[in-house]
Amino acid sequence: MTLEFLQNYWWVLVSVLGGILVFLLFVQGGQTILQNAPDPNWSQMIVNAIGRKWELTFTTLVTFGGAAFASFPLFYSTSFGGAYWLWILILFSFVLQAVSYEYRKKPGNLLGTRVYDIFLFINGSVGCILLGVAVAMFFFGAEFTVTKANLVDSASPVISHWDNPLHGFEAIFNWRNLLLGFAVLFLARVLSELYLLNTVLITMKFYKWIKSKLWVDSILFLVFFLAFVVVLFTSPGFTVVRESWMGLELEITPHKYWLNLIYSPSIIILLVVGVANVLMGICVSLFTINYHHGIWFAGIGTFFTVVALFWLAGFCDTPFLPSLSNPESSLTIRNASSTEFTLQCMTWVSILVPFVVAYIWYVWRAIDRRKISEADAQSEH
Amino acid sequence: MDNLISVVDWSRWQFAMTAIYHWLFVPLTLGLSVIVAVMESIYLKTNDSKWLTTTKFWMTLLAINFAIGVATGIILEFEFGTNWSNYSWFVGDIFGAPLAIEGILAFFMEATFGAVMFFGWNKVSKRFHLLSTWLTAIGASISALWILVANSWMQYPVGMRFDAMQMRNVMMDFWSLFSGVAVNKFFHAVLSGWALSGVFVIGVSCFFLWKRSNREFAIRSIKVGGWIGLAGLLLCMWTGDGSAVEVTRTQPMKLAAMEGLYEGSSGQSIVALGIVNPEKRWNNDEEPYLFEISVPKGLSILARHDMDAFVPGINDIIRGVDVVDGDTVNTVSYEERIRRGRMAQASLREFAKAMDEGDEITMHYKAEEIQENFPYFGYGYFNSPGEAIPPVALTFYMFRVMVALGSYFLLFYVVVLFWVYKREDSFVAARWMQLVAMVSVPLMWLCSEAGWAVAEVGRQPWTVQDLLPTCAAISDIPVSSVIVTFWMFAGIFTILLAAEVSIMINWVNKSTRKDLNK
Repeated sequence: MTLEFLQNYWWVLVSVLGGILVFLLFVQGGQTILQNAPDPNWSQMIVNAIGRKWELTFTTLVTFGGAAFASFPLFYSTSFGGAYWLWILILFSFVLQAVSYEYRKKPGNLLGTRVYDIFLFINGSVGCILLGVAVAMFFFGAEFTVTKANLVDSASPVISHWDNPLHGFEAIFNWRNLLLGFAVLFLARVLSELYLLNTVLITMKFYKWIKSKLWVDSILFLVFFLAFVVVLFTSPGFTVVRESWMGLELEITPHKYWLNLIYSPSIIILLVVGVANVLMGICVSLFTINYHHGIWFAGIGTFFTVVALFWLAGFCDTPFLPSLSNPESSLTIRNASSTEFTLQCMTWVSILVPFVVAYIWYVWRAIDRRKISEADAQSEH
Repeated sequence: MDNLISVVDWSRWQFAMTAIYHWLFVPLTLGLSVIVAVMESIYLKTNDSKWLTTTKFWMTLLAINFAIGVATGIILEFEFGTNWSNYSWFVGDIFGAPLAIEGILAFFMEATFGAVMFFGWNKVSKRFHLLSTWLTAIGASISALWILVANSWMQYPVGMRFDAMQMRNVMMDFWSLFSGVAVNKFFHAVLSGWALSGVFVIGVSCFFLWKRSNREFAIRSIKVGGWIGLAGLLLCMWTGDGSAVEVTRTQPMKLAAMEGLYEGSSGQSIVALGIVNPEKRWNNDEEPYLFEISVPKGLSILARHDMDAFVPGINDIIRGVDVVDGDTVNTVSYEERIRRGRMAQASLREFAKAMDEGDEITMHYKAEEIQENFPYFGYGYFNSPGEAIPPVALTFYMFRVMVALGSYFLLFYVVVLFWVYKREDSFVAARWMQLVAMVSVPLMWLCSEAGWAVAEVGRQPWTVQDLLPTCAAISDIPVSSVIVTFWMFAGIFTILLAAEVSIMINWVNKSTRKDLNK
């Protein structure tokens, strides 16, 4: 296994974790709709349905972070230490989520069910938008400079310097980043609605309510996603001309990500299959009465689409975190990665991933075998 | 520079605060998950429904605790990036791997089978449920293994070399991460979780007895919790002894700080009870203690398993003097370490300049110089040896709190188990003992937190021993941002802790009015 192969492999693995994470954001999507349920029993059913899965989303996020740290530590140190507020707010929203399912209905919870439901809403909305913003930075860049020689400057020893004094707020209020942020939010809501159709024992009233939400969220998702895609494919980007131990040489390429797409058959296939599956999952669920399996099409589609976006960002001689203030500092999967030895060690461990996926799948099926009904509404959480 | 120091201090406070909160919840998860698994195993073996009721009662408390442990854990992982970005680059090639492996091997196991354990009653078979409960407990311990391997590496960095071209450390030997330090630390920390959870189970059970409720349930819980807790405590003491030997070998300055020892000697006594002189510094002649009661030769036995062995004090280490097997050994003095650390850094600066100019001959020459002095690289950030000494008083007192309470809990377990087995009626009638058991619960947490304080405060001022001090490990962020996030997290963690305790008390109180003996 060469270093280049391992770097590609780990970018693929990080992409896969990203894809799974966005699919599992249906939990967060559900958290933004339960407050509007006209019947309190429905809220409880939604909580029971998605509450069995919150830890998987959480765990995937943590593993995504761990994998990013281990395989691309320069990204971890530059982005997390630089866009401080973006990441801190994401984390804060996930702290709120972690306790809310368990505590919301428990006597003595001090804050009352309503506050915990607000916590869930904050995580569901803010968490999704900010995760989208973080991924959008892969394309639209950030202002930072990496100077490794700073390490031995005792007055200012930090190697990654964020050149924007807002430290992440500037990324949050960048309209191009927000396009993807809102696309992720509405996708998460769509996925949660499809998941509920699949998991909950549907009454006609509940079905109609979910479907009306699905219409609105699907349209909003498509608007934001299409806007993001148009902006992405018409934006310029950096191409790596030469990369060596001496540094990075880049040039600006118009329509960079569009060119990445059309010159990479594998990414075209992933993106087309992904988007088609998402649309199919949505459309079949909207236009076929009592169709419950849309989540699987949309889920698989989400996974492929996210993987395609990561590949657009990281492959094809493209820096996956472009620096707008000092392009030579841009991060690529070559200059930001761990060493060959470390990547090799982790690659051996990653052989266990299919086994992990298999037991998750088995347990998921075992827990979801019986649909949740209104009668169960008070039994959990 | 002032801003740098403030960012370092506030980042340390933030990390310490998060770690302290996280460690309130983790040991209970580690131990209670095992206790619950044992109870469920007894249920499956006996098919007696009272064991099912018992299992479900403790599992509810486990679930309440589990959620908040997860919440505080995520912050710790990401704070390495947000607040310690230089650290993340400088040692990310080594430190990142255990975190990633922890996610893949342990977190998914915990999350997946935890869902079955908490929500899977009546949805899966009894056997599969029991398997899930055990796998959740094992997953929690595997998670602890990887994070403690990573933490141990910070205390004793091995299996790597510095790569000047990349300006970071790179891993050379994965298996050396499992050093003696790591093995001892893993068992010490995990088993302390068993000990803590045993006291928790006994304390809560005694509350039932205090309320004259569910006697059988309480006694059965005390027996299971007591045995697991006692086993945990005994093994914890054993591994603690191993840890002391490892600390002597790898972090002698930490050991000296734990003891407040400035001038070492052969057959060194250990202070059983004492007050550290706050005016004492390494470079003045003040007495180290205002008051002390010592056990002769105690520290020599603890540190080197030899009652006549020499144990160096802070000033011996700074001077670079040690005595091994009766022979005086000259180690490198701190003045010399600082000088050589600065030489390594100067060579690295020149290496970087040569790299910019494409001067490969100078690069080769400077790389050799760097390697020669790299073991002292971190000392190059200091101006005086005093900067390399951990906070002595805090380390000294926390060590004594841990040892004193640990000894108390050994007595506590023996008394409780003996009494419950031999004179159950008398135990049930002894209200003072029930009160002692309840008061012991928070003391156990104090003991556990004190242990971590010894390990982590004693490591200061290093993030990675000898290589990277905290002042060079930080992120480039305004101090105001760190102050705001410190209070954000302190506020939310405090509220959530209060909610957790309140929910637990409420649940236990409510359960005293139920029949748990069915």
